[in-house]
Amino acid sequence: MRFQFKTSYEQDIRLFEDRRQAARYALLLALAVALPFLIDDYFLGEATNVLIWAIAGLGLMLLTGQAGQVSLGHSAFMALGCYACVLMMNAGVSFVLAFPLAGIVTGLAGALIAIPAMKLHGVYLAIATLALAILADDIIVLTAPWTGGVAGLYAPPIDILGVTVDRWSTPDLYWWMVLAVAVLVTLAYVNILRSATGRAFAAVRDSEISAQAMGVNVARTKTIAFGLSCAITGLGGALMGLFAGAFNNETFTFLISIQLVMMIVVGGLGFIQGAFLGAVVIAFLPQALSLATDALGRGVAIPGLEAGVFGALLIAFVLFEPTGLWGRWLKIKTWLELFPFARRDMFRRQRSYLKTERLR
Amino acid sequence: MSLLQLSDVTLKFGGLTAVAGLSLAVEEGEVFALVGPNGAGKSTVFNLVSRFYTPASGRITFAGQDLLRLAPHDVPALGIARTFQNIELFQQSTVLQNLLVGRHRHRRTTLAEQLFHLPSVRGEEREHRHAVEEVIDFLDLQPYRDARIAGLPYGVRKVVELGRALASKPRLLLLDEPASGLSVEETQNMRWWIADIRRHMGITVMMVEHDMGLVGKVSDRVLALADGRRLAEGTPAEVQAHPAVIAAYLGTAAPSKAAGGRVA
Repeated sequence: MRFQFKTSYEQDIRLFEDRRQAARYALLLALAVALPFLIDDYFLGEATNVLIWAIAGLGLMLLTGQAGQVSLGHSAFMALGCYACVLMMNAGVSFVLAFPLAGIVTGLAGALIAIPAMKLHGVYLAIATLALAILADDIIVLTAPWTGGVAGLYAPPIDILGVTVDRWSTPDLYWWMVLAVAVLVTLAYVNILRSATGRAFAAVRDSEISAQAMGVNVARTKTIAFGLSCAITGLGGALMGLFAGAFNNETFTFLISIQLVMMIVVGGLGFIQGAFLGAVVIAFLPQALSLATDALGRGVAIPGLEAGVFGALLIAFVLFEPTGLWGRWLKIKTWLELFPFARRDMFRRQRSYLKTERLR
Repeated sequence: MSLLQLSDVTLKFGGLTAVAGLSLAVEEGEVFALVGPNGAGKSTVFNLVSRFYTPASGRITFAGQDLLRLAPHDVPALGIARTFQNIELFQQSTVLQNLLVGRHRHRRTTLAEQLFHLPSVRGEEREHRHAVEEVIDFLDLQPYRDARIAGLPYGVRKVVELGRALASKPRLLLLDEPASGLSVEETQNMRWWIADIRRHMGITVMMVEHDMGLVGKVSDRVLALADGRRLAEGTPAEVQAHPAVIAAYLGTAAPSKAAGGRVA
C-alpha cells in the first residue's frame, strides 16, 4: 500500500493525486485518441455511441450523484438539446456555435424548471420530472411546424471550420469530436467538484439543514445543479440526435431517462468513472442480449426481454452493490493493496443513528 | 450594544409555547451558557438565532442588525456559526471537504470562473485551505484529514463539527451540547478549546450544555431556562445555587410551590 505524503495545498486541488494516476489517465486518453486505428468502423461507431451515452450520463450524475436530487425527466432535456442544436443549424448557425448554445439553452430551461420542481423531495420530485419526460413527447408533436412532429427531422451535416464530420464517411472524425466533447465536459465536471459549488452540492446532498447553517443557499444550489446537469445532458442529446441521423417525438422517450438512471446506478453514483462504465453496460447490453437469444433461442425474439433485464440489473445493483461497478472496483483495489490484511467489515456501510429531526 | 440580543421572543408550536417572552443579551467576547432541563427550549433558542424558526413575536438582533429579516442561509454571512446537538456533518465527504464547506461564506469566485478553474479560483482555494489547515492544527485533526466522516468515531465527529464552524471565522459561535457523549478526556479537550477560542481567536461563544462541570469552568455568564422561560441568570455558581434552578431540575419538597413539583 502506498501512502501519499502531502506537502502542499496544490496536491488537494490539482486534477490527479499523483504522477502515477496522471500517467494512467494520459495512457487512457492516448488509447482513446488512437482508437480509430485500432478497431474497424463498426466498433468505432459502437464506441462513439458509448461515449455519447456517457456524456448524457455525466449530466444526470452531477445532479444525482453529487447534489443528491433525482430526475426521471432527463430524456426531455436530451430532446431539448437535440432539437435546439439542429434547429439552430437548420437556421444557418454553424455547428461550432449551435452546439454550445444548445447546451446553454437546455441548461437555462432546466434551471427555470428547477425553480418550482426543487421544492419537491424524493419520490415527488421523481414523479414531477417523469411527467416532464412524458410531456416532452406531446410538446414535440404539438410544435410540429418547427420540430417536424411525428415525421421528425433529419440531422444536417456537421461542419467544423470547413471540415465535414459525418458518421458514415468519416467515423474517425466523429469519434474524435465526441471524444473532445467528453473530455471537456469531464474537465468542467471536475472543476465544479473542486470548487465551492461542488462542495455545496455535497453539502445539500448530505444535510440540507447544516448546509444552510454554513451559508449555502439550498434552493439556489439545487437550481444550479439542475441547470448544469441539464446543460450537459442536452449536449449528450444533441450528439445522440446528430449521430442517429434522424429523430422524432419517439426518439427520446421516458425510457431513455430510466436508462440514464440505470446507467449511473450501475456505474457507481457519485463517480465520474461510473458514468463511463454505466454507458458501456447500457450500450452493449442489448447487443449481448441479442447475441445470447440468437445462440440459445435460435433467433426467437422474447418480447420485453431487454426492459426486463435492465430492470432486474438496476434492482440487483441497488440491493447488492449500491456503489456500482466503480465502487466495487475501488473495494477490490483496496483489498489487493492491503492484502492480506483487508477485513470483511471494512466496506460495511455504517449506519447513522443520530440525525437531527427535520426542522421544518 | 450587545452582540446578540433577543427581546421578548415568543415561539409557539401549535398549542405548545416553546419559548415564552424570552429576553437575553450576549456580550462581545464572553462565553455565555444556556442551561436547563430537557425541553426547556435551549436548542430552540439556537434554531431561532439560525433562523430555522421564526418567532411569533419579539426581536432578534446581531450587532445591531435585525436577524428576522434574513433567510437562514444569510445568517452565517454576518459571522454566526453553529454546531448541532446530533452532529450534522456531510457524511460522504472527507474531513477536509467538510471544513471547506465552513469557508462557504468567504467564497468570491463565480460559477463561470469555477467551471474553467481560472487562476482566481485556484488562488481562492489555496486561501481556503490555508484557513482550514489552521483549524486542523488547532483541533489536532491531522490524522483524520482525508478520512470520510462515515467511518469516524463519535468523538472525532464532534470535533470536526466544531472545526467546520471555526473554519468560517465567525464572530459568534453557537455550540449545541459540545460535550454530550464525549469521554472525560475529550470533554477536557473541549474545555481548553472553548477557552482558547474565546481568548486567542476573540470569538464570542454561546453554548447549550448539560455538563455543569464544563459550564462552570468555561462560561462567564449562565442563563437557566425552564419551559421556555428565564429562571435565573448570573455566574455559574450563582445560577447553580439559585432555588428556582434547583427546583426545576429536582422538583420541590412541597408540591404547592411555584415550580409545581415538576421533575425534569
